[in-house]
Amino acid sequence: MELLLSSAIGVFSAAGVYLVLRPRTFSVVMGLSFLTYAINFFLVSAGRLSVNMPDILSKGKELSEYADPVPPALVLTSIVISFGMTAIMVVMGVRGYFENDSDHVNISLTEEMIARSRE
Amino acid sequence: MNHLLILPILLPAIVAPLLAIVARNDIVLARVFSFAATLGLVAIGCLMVWTASDGQIRIYELGAWKAPYGIVLVLDRLSAIMVLLTACLATVVQLYSMAGWDTRGFHFYSLFHVQLMGVNGAFLTGDLFNLFVFFELLLIASYGLMVHGGGPARFKAGLQYISINLVGSVVFLMGLGTIYSVTGTLNMAHFAVRISQVPESDQALMAVGASLLLVVFGLKAALVPLHFWMPATYSNAPPPVAALFSIMSKVGVYALIRFCDLSLLQLGGPFAALGTQLLVPCAVLSLIVGAIGVLAARSLSQQASFVGLASIGTMLIAFGLFTPESQAAGLYYMLHSTLAVAALFLVVDLVIARRPGAGDGFDPKPFPQQGYLAALFFVGALMVIGLPPSSGFLGKLQILHSLRSTGEWPMLWGTILVASFAVLLGFAQAGSRVFWKSSAAHKGDPHDSGVGVGQMSHGNALSAKPLPLALPSAAIGLTWSLLILLTIFPGPVMSYLEATTEQLFDPQRYIDAVLKPAGEAGL
Repeated sequence: MELLLSSAIGVFSAAGVYLVLRPRTFSVVMGLSFLTYAINFFLVSAGRLSVNMPDILSKGKELSEYADPVPPALVLTSIVISFGMTAIMVVMGVRGYFENDSDHVNISLTEEMIARSRE
Repeated sequence: MNHLLILPILLPAIVAPLLAIVARNDIVLARVFSFAATLGLVAIGCLMVWTASDGQIRIYELGAWKAPYGIVLVLDRLSAIMVLLTACLATVVQLYSMAGWDTRGFHFYSLFHVQLMGVNGAFLTGDLFNLFVFFELLLIASYGLMVHGGGPARFKAGLQYISINLVGSVVFLMGLGTIYSVTGTLNMAHFAVRISQVPESDQALMAVGASLLLVVFGLKAALVPLHFWMPATYSNAPPPVAALFSIMSKVGVYALIRFCDLSLLQLGGPFAALGTQLLVPCAVLSLIVGAIGVLAARSLSQQASFVGLASIGTMLIAFGLFTPESQAAGLYYMLHSTLAVAALFLVVDLVIARRPGAGDGFDPKPFPQQGYLAALFFVGALMVIGLPPSSGFLGKLQILHSLRSTGEWPMLWGTILVASFAVLLGFAQAGSRVFWKSSAAHKGDPHDSGVGVGQMSHGNALSAKPLPLALPSAAIGLTWSLLILLTIFPGPVMSYLEATTEQLFDPQRYIDAVLKPAGEAGL
């Protein structure tokens, strides 16, 4: 299971980094989503991998039989935040496309565009 | 439990949605509410500094959960002064925005208060994951503020700013995950206890986690080589927003100091020489890049951004030495430079508004109220560079003095002094091109002779209705009077800041206050 999880994190991060470095907005958004998937898996693994273990108190269990409850809470927070951030990024990307007539992240602005920005 | 600690987070948290819902279509109502809330923040900030000045460290347990299990807010001298600084800066930006920037887009004040909430939360929290949440909060508001008013250049810079910060957030989470897997805690005080107990086999993992966090804080603080987002963002954001952002990079600096002073320096090993081997060289590079940027900039707002970068370099040289004297000097300089850079952005905005077409570029072109603006720019540049009558001079002097204890002081002195001179040169050049040459061009032009500066009405729609000057002048004047107060009363300020660093260099007190709250301190 360690191998499966760590290779999943690795593949997701690699795909994420590659896509983030692409020139167009859509790939950047996809790349950021992949990176957040990778990070969510990574956070789960921060509390050690455990199967069939409860993380809330139940009767007749030793302390070593519990899973760590904190990482799921962290993952939940991180999912919510990254979801919101992805939404913002998409909105900005769309608005930027309408402003600049281009979905490139690093377009070169024309004189006319710069003049429009100064208004 | 002292409920004062949560107020700077709670007040903007209540005001922001109210402004978005109730005052959506009524700009006057929004201005009044927002201004009142900002003044309330100033009052809370003053109260916090007054409360913290007795040297006690107070904590606030959210939901009354005890320290390592629940999230705590911690008020010590450093947090208190940062909250007060934020509130003062917010008042200035609020005053300035009321002159018209708030109507160029929607929900300006809502975003403004969400940003303040994030900044205050980041200064007060005692939990690393909570720090991440407040970072995201201030960033999400800053994305909206960054593109306030729209325009192609703003959206281009905004998109890049968002992308780099989202990657930064991912790195932040990686660092937190690694740290949690090694120490099993995210509470800063508990982490400071556990960090010295990390077994030998986990030391390397610990170092990786801590370095990832340092990278993120460096990114937020715009430390070279992580500064690439900063000049483009600051120079393309609406200038009042850029003025507000000058506290945002200080959040990164604050997190860096807090994290290093509290826990990282105890780790020893590769982190023993962290300051001198990593932080100071990067800070020196920031200063150099900032100074070169000021010389090479092609517009006034670019210059203001790069001078902000240079000032971060200067203060991080002081912080990176990790001695109480140098950090106190660095804090004094931080108070100064945050306000001075903000004021400069506001002055630049006044110039942009009066030069339609030319903006803040360096092409000589006459514009209304030129003499007054030249005077404002002159004083603003003087403050930012740190020439003698200003508080920047005192700050730099103290930093230079505190550097004497190191072996490399001639090199550091040389860098700071030469960089200051380069910045001075850059501003002199910009000032003479924008203000002086354009009035000379104006007088020498036979077609325009006899037409007063205020009456250049041929095809110039702007001079038909005079631009508001009272509120902007009040905002800029308020910033400068704060700076002048810093210059007149450096004694009390410095004694407060020295007590602050004394607190910072005694992490045991922080740890005891958070983990063993025996006699709970009330108001």
